[in-house]
Amino acid sequence: MSAIEETEHGHGHNKNLAHHFDTLEQQHEANTLGMWAFLLTEVLFFGGLFAAYTVYRYKYSAVFEEASNLLDITLGAVNTAILIGSSLTMALAVRNSQLGNSTKTGHWLVLTIIFGMGFLGVKYFEWKHDYDIHLMPGKNFFHWQFAKKAKEIHTKEHSHRLPGPQDGVLKDDDPSLGVKARLESEQARLFYLLYFCMTSLHALHMVVGFGIIGVIAWKAYSGVFSPDYYTPVEIIGLYWHFVDIVWIFLFPLLYLLGAHLGH
Amino acid sequence: MSQLELKSGVTHAEQAHEVHEKPNYLNHDHSVMSWLYTLDHKRIGILYLVSITAMFILGGIMAALVRVELSTPKGDFLTADTYNKSFTAHGVIMLFFFLIPSIPAVMGNFALPLMIGARDVAFPRLNLLSYYLYALGAGIGMVALLYGGVDTGWTFYTPYSSTYSNSYVTVMAVGLFCIGFSSILTGLNFVVTVHRMRCPGLTWFRLPLFIWAIYATSVVQLLGTPVIAITLALLGVERTLGVGIFDPRLGGDPVLFQHMFWFYSHPAVYIMILPSLGLISEVIATFSRKNVFGYKIIALSSVTIAVFGFIVWAHHMFTTGISPYAAMVFSFLTFSVAIPSGIKVFTWLATMYKGAISFETPMIYGIAFIGLFTIGGVTGLYLSTLGMDIHLHDTYFVVAHFHYIMVGGAILGFMAGLHFWWPKITGRMYSDFWGKLGAGIIFIGFNFTFFPQFILGYLGMPRRYHEYPEELQLLNVMSSAGATILAIGYTLPLIYLTHSFFWGEKAGKNPWGATTLDWTATDSPPSPHNFDQIPVVTEEPYHFERKEAGVVSH
Ligand SMILES: [Cu+2]
Repeated sequence: MSAIEETEHGHGHNKNLAHHFDTLEQQHEANTLGMWAFLLTEVLFFGGLFAAYTVYRYKYSAVFEEASNLLDITLGAVNTAILIGSSLTMALAVRNSQLGNSTKTGHWLVLTIIFGMGFLGVKYFEWKHDYDIHLMPGKNFFHWQFAKKAKEIHTKEHSHRLPGPQDGVLKDDDPSLGVKARLESEQARLFYLLYFCMTSLHALHMVVGFGIIGVIAWKAYSGVFSPDYYTPVEIIGLYWHFVDIVWIFLFPLLYLLGAHLGH
Repeated sequence: MSQLELKSGVTHAEQAHEVHEKPNYLNHDHSVMSWLYTLDHKRIGILYLVSITAMFILGGIMAALVRVELSTPKGDFLTADTYNKSFTAHGVIMLFFFLIPSIPAVMGNFALPLMIGARDVAFPRLNLLSYYLYALGAGIGMVALLYGGVDTGWTFYTPYSSTYSNSYVTVMAVGLFCIGFSSILTGLNFVVTVHRMRCPGLTWFRLPLFIWAIYATSVVQLLGTPVIAITLALLGVERTLGVGIFDPRLGGDPVLFQHMFWFYSHPAVYIMILPSLGLISEVIATFSRKNVFGYKIIALSSVTIAVFGFIVWAHHMFTTGISPYAAMVFSFLTFSVAIPSGIKVFTWLATMYKGAISFETPMIYGIAFIGLFTIGGVTGLYLSTLGMDIHLHDTYFVVAHFHYIMVGGAILGFMAGLHFWWPKITGRMYSDFWGKLGAGIIFIGFNFTFFPQFILGYLGMPRRYHEYPEELQLLNVMSSAGATILAIGYTLPLIYLTHSFFWGEKAGKNPWGATTLDWTATDSPPSPHNFDQIPVVTEEPYHFERKEAGVVSH
């Protein structure tokens, strides 16, 4: 390991070593295990949402597929690519910190943040579009007939025009639509509720990640990391890959249900 | 005890001049800030101890309201609504604000690093953050209670907590969310600490049994708590956005809430009881002065209980119309939990057999624990029997059952631990006479309070109503009278332990003649950094025969 002289009280001379650890190696292992344990918690945290999703996906499979088709697969796929790219830059950051290239580590971390922000940028336009066509689940806001009409216009006229009075969109609970349409609206709303919960929780994790990666990048530029001490880069790397993997599950579950790419 | 003081090198002359004493974690810095910003696991344990004691008193007052109301058949003391809020407050405070952090966060924080020869937990800052998250969550919970409380029952079942509730459910949910993350961080810290901070020579099968128990508990905290966190978050979303993830009128499924709730809340029972089980193993071994019987089996049974804890949750839902096949599987799995639990009881008895038992206060609590935990466990089998549960579901039988586990088990275990480690925590002894008297009163009061409830439940008295038929009054009065005795029993330790803290005799390093590192390798109270020299372990714990030689016996 490193050239630390242990004193009687176990305090090392290395400024990166906390007093209650004996060696940097012990500290590194504890921190890494801590992050793994935290990610285990995160799996269960997202797991609750995935469980709820599974139940309703099974219960309302037809409507879920239809609702899923209103999402933009292209944007989803682009975002998947961007996020995988950010995982690559993160991996390179970790590698460089292990090799002791502190400045390069900083560059790769900054690039990771930029990719991440690109992802959120695309996500912003998606969410805005969902909002415009009334897919945001709120008591008097969600409007399934409106959203379906918007999709129809988009497919037929190849325009992003929103349905207006001339399109004659009925309210979701309009008596002439019957009970079936009302149920459909409720089930589609559940899909979008889960969609917004899952994607926003994922986005929240990314934003937290930006903050931490930013601090670590700044540390990297000031040359803190060396082959002896790169623990922070490694554990933020674990975190970032986890955020990436969550998306790898979200993308097919939310975007690719019964998807007809030909549309 | 005075001969022990001499042994540990503290003479009476030195006691007179406390300034000459070696600084310990309590007196090395007296400032308020040194407590509020402390990273010392022992001090954080004390912060928790003070906070949960306050919560316990508050939860006790709520229980008193309930018992006063139930001493007459008519609903004359509280309105139905206030009654709902009282028992909800009692449940929420006792479970989430008191029991969940009680042994893990108090005893675990104090004793875990000492027992494994570490200078601190792996992440001291996270530990302090965990305490402040707890304080924040409890504070938010208090705000919800002050503004009028919550009337859903501690389970927050939908639609009580969504459609039909106009109380402060969302605020309470935010509070519990914070407490949940506090619990996760404590669990995470302990898992890493046990894995990475053990002193040289302390292999897994040399760990004291309390460590095994707290380790299993921490894993449950890590894996269970996030699920309740996301469930409460979804409940909050449902209430604020007016959407129906658990509301059948809007396409949601209320039974899904129950599944997600119990996926955490059944394992949460083990967060409360597992550390007690571990602690009782320490106490029984120490006061029987004998190596524990079946060390490996006890250690692994803790882990088994934690694992089984995650696959039995639907036994709370036999009456919700889940599939009968699922119900049968859950019933069978629930029965299986009795195996590791039973193993523990029998190994304790085998440890006591032919031991040199001394009946000091912690041991009295330990023995009381064995009896009450057994009754609680066996009545649990009644409830996991499918047909029986249809009759007993939501009656006082259930209430009595889980109080035998939660109070007779978890709290008596906590009391055993508190009396066991008190000399280590404060460096002072308490009056053994008053301690035993308190334990006796608690034991009698507890049984008077809760045994009649088994009968009441069997006779069909449902829980959560403020009225009942007149013929059930006698048993209810017995229960309320028992609660009064129990309250006296709980007050005694507050008095004699406070007295001991200021005026108690000096305890010396190892007043019980225990064999684990917390007693043999540290002073009482320990120095700020626990050990002058990191100890090296060369053998299994609980070798009383060998370690006896150097210790003055009682
Ligand atoms: Cu249970």
